[in-house]
Amino acid sequence: MELTTVWFILIGVLWAGYFLLEGFDFGVGILLPVLGRDDRSRRLAINTIGPVWDANEVWVLVAGGATFAAFPEWYATLFSGFFLPLLLILVALIVRGLAFEYRGKRPSAAWKRGWDLAIFWGSLIPAILWGVAFANILRGVPIDSSHEYVGGFVNLLNPYALLGGLTTLALFTLHGAVFLALKTDGPMRTEAGRLAERLSLVAVPVAAAFLIWTGIDNLDGFGIALSVSAALTLVGSVVLTRARREGWAFASTGATIVLAVAALFVTLFPDVMPSTIDGAYSLTVTNASSTPYTLTVMTWVAAAFTPIVLLYQGWTYWVFRKRLKLSDIPG
Amino acid sequence: MDALDLSRWQFGITTVYHFIFVPITIGLSALVAGLQTAWVRTGKETYLRATRFWGKLFLINFAIGVVTGIVQEFQFGMNWSAYSRFVGDIFGAPLAIEGLLAFFLESTFLGLWIFGWDRLPKRVHLATIWIASIGTMMSAYFILAANSWMQHPVGWTMGDGRAELTSIGAVLTNSTTLVTFPHTITACFLTAGALLLAVSAWHLRRGNQDDVFRPSLRLGAWVVLIAGLGVLITGDLQARVMTEQQPMKMAAAEALYENTSSASFSIFTVGSLDGSEELYSVRIPSLLSFMATGSPSGEVEGINDLQASYQQEYGEGDYVPNVPVTYWSFRLMIGFGALAMVIAAAALWFTRGTRSPRSRWLWIAAVGTVAMPLLSNSFGWIFTEMGRQPWTVFGLFKTAESGSPSVSTGEAATGLIVLTVLYGILAVIEIGLFLKYASAGAPVIAPETDEADKPLAFAY
Ligand code: HDD
Ligand code: HEM
Ligand code: HEM
Repeated sequence: MELTTVWFILIGVLWAGYFLLEGFDFGVGILLPVLGRDDRSRRLAINTIGPVWDANEVWVLVAGGATFAAFPEWYATLFSGFFLPLLLILVALIVRGLAFEYRGKRPSAAWKRGWDLAIFWGSLIPAILWGVAFANILRGVPIDSSHEYVGGFVNLLNPYALLGGLTTLALFTLHGAVFLALKTDGPMRTEAGRLAERLSLVAVPVAAAFLIWTGIDNLDGFGIALSVSAALTLVGSVVLTRARREGWAFASTGATIVLAVAALFVTLFPDVMPSTIDGAYSLTVTNASSTPYTLTVMTWVAAAFTPIVLLYQGWTYWVFRKRLKLSDIPG
Repeated sequence: MDALDLSRWQFGITTVYHFIFVPITIGLSALVAGLQTAWVRTGKETYLRATRFWGKLFLINFAIGVVTGIVQEFQFGMNWSAYSRFVGDIFGAPLAIEGLLAFFLESTFLGLWIFGWDRLPKRVHLATIWIASIGTMMSAYFILAANSWMQHPVGWTMGDGRAELTSIGAVLTNSTTLVTFPHTITACFLTAGALLLAVSAWHLRRGNQDDVFRPSLRLGAWVVLIAGLGVLITGDLQARVMTEQQPMKMAAAEALYENTSSASFSIFTVGSLDGSEELYSVRIPSLLSFMATGSPSGEVEGINDLQASYQQEYGEGDYVPNVPVTYWSFRLMIGFGALAMVIAAAALWFTRGTRSPRSRWLWIAAVGTVAMPLLSNSFGWIFTEMGRQPWTVFGLFKTAESGSPSVSTGEAATGLIVLTVLYGILAVIEIGLFLKYASAGAPVIAPETDEADKPLAFAY
């Protein structure tokens, strides 16, 4: 296989890992106002993601860094072109990250309320905007002959992209509810499970609409097969949630997210950012990539260290595998 | 101001801000790990209390270091897309490696450390903070390798309109990296030592918890002195490498306009820095020649001669960085560091045995030490980066060509304003929290209970 293809796949894997992991902690943040009736239950919810949210976030940093290293043109066009949405995402990630660490550091109710809002908005905004960004990439954006984005901000807010944003929002929220049902015990577990059932009534039609629209625009056999599998696992997670099989339900929503990212990348290939001005201006895995030497170096680094990272991150989830309940949270 | 100027301000502000927290993270994580090791080895409760106390301050600082780092990672693409296109083949690699090797390590093992107190065996738990600490230093190495490549490009060749990597080994063992890394790391320890010294002095002055804060004060002061010595030695090495690689930076650092042998070093100058007149200056004979070349009689090149030779090499243009900024930032970096060392030495002297000084001024100076290395660090970076101008990659790529063509002035201004205002607010919040937890003193350790259902000891 060409190294450029390998790196295209690896970047897909990094984004899939990011959405799989940070997806549920975005979901937990979005559900905080709903499931966290009082301070103690809010803390319970936050503590389910406490030990892992930061490491989950690093997936996006590595995805960004890897794109810079393997496809500098893609990194440059994407990040400068989507300037304002990315700025919003940055602000959201900043206040959200601090909120987890700082909300418990003063007793005042107003202090905590402020940080709770930061967690909610800081989770909601990126959950929508990442969907908007990827839908735009898939749809194609105006890129000129020198690989510069020339579309402006408003152009990014087209109906298809907004539906993409709603889809990631719905999927991450559902994924978060299922995660809470899996990681807590007592009333929170029951409520989260019930909420997940109701959320799936939104998530399934929204995701289906997005997949169908994508399928009509970009007919491609393999992409459609992946999309259909994503839809099936999503429906499967609804059934499993009903049956109170929380572990399997979580695996299903996770599979939905990973399959959806896979479908997206497969549909995109060999472009990485199609141009709507002229197909010849599109960024592709070949014209956006680094030299074979750099890709070779990076392949060795990734091959040597990714397994180690997966091992110790896996170990963390094992260490904190116990369900949390209200009585675990100090008064 | 155009989009480029705005982006430069944004990069300067956000990076200096990030680097307020970075040295504290790097230095303090190792010191906390050391204290926890002392506790595990001796079982003495004061060490545990010290670990908890400094650990809490460390985490408050770490959180903001992390979130400001995300901005750093994104803004190369957002504001400097032309630069990213030009250097991505080389510069992207250390950045990606940093993420994969260092950021994953730091964030995962700190998560384990924060929440693992009652979940992990004592020694495994101790290992997690050491691993996190090693992660912070690895992160420093790779990012400094990336930065050093901008100061002194190696292992590359000119490809089709961009720089292309020919040797990753050359990039990772760049002579610039090899001197910058120890200078930066020792500066980080100096910073963390000063923090220990200052906060401990505040408590000792009030007679609080002598058992925890007297050892912490002395530890901090020793760290300042030893790390300070390291900073001096490595800084001297760096000056020599820099004079060889970027002679203009050294000339600007001294506002030296003509080639000079046995050049003196001015500690302080009043006058106009365009070289036209000097009203007053304090000078050490031959020191500049020694710093730059290793020999007191060596010749140091001056700005005018360098400008002429650069014009021949790179074409018409102004190759002189902002001289007043370069001149003063170099002195302030050294000056504040030296001052911190003097105070640390005094603190050790006056607290020897069981002594405690009465002088109010001494205590005030000791508490004030915390700010000095932070200033030194900022001035060090301002010197390094602004002394490199007009280049982003020395000799290869100019700052004026580096910006993002597709980012409008309005967008760039939005970015600058939003981030500056946000960072300002966060500074207030952070300082408030830091003072609250620093003044609260070390926690009392509750006796261990064996109930199966006890609440988690360390929850958010
Ligand atoms: C000498 C050291 C050093 C320097 C020059 C920089 N950083 Fe930094 N950075 C660190 C040392 C560090 C660290 C010690 O690893 C931090 C500080 C606090 C922390 O949490 O980790 C960190 C955090 C940090 C993070 C968050 C990591 C996480 O989530 O755990 C990112 C994405 C960056 N940095 C990126 C950058 C970039 C792109 C820089 C260049 C402009 C930069 N840093 C300068
Ligand atoms: C690997 C680390 C770093 C890289 C890759 C880097 C890169 C850059 C780039 C691309 C610019 C923009 C060009 C310009 O405006 O001059 C810049 C400017 C600047 N950087 Fe760095 N930098 C790094 C670390 C730092 C750090 C840690 C600091 C300070 C704490 C710093 C301070 C500055 C300042 C003050 C400027 C503005 C200079 C000016 O506008 O004239 N840099 N740097
Ligand atoms: C005698 C004392 C010192 C000397 C001779 C010295 C020398 C230098 C030189 C030559 C540079 C620029 C390197 C370049 O641009 O290539 C530098 C940068 C720097 N200095 Fe110092 N320095 C001294 C003290 C300090 C102190 C006390 C601190 C902080 C506590 C400090 C922190 C830094 C930092 C953070 C940088 C930027 C990163 C780097 O390029 O290493 N320095 N120093």
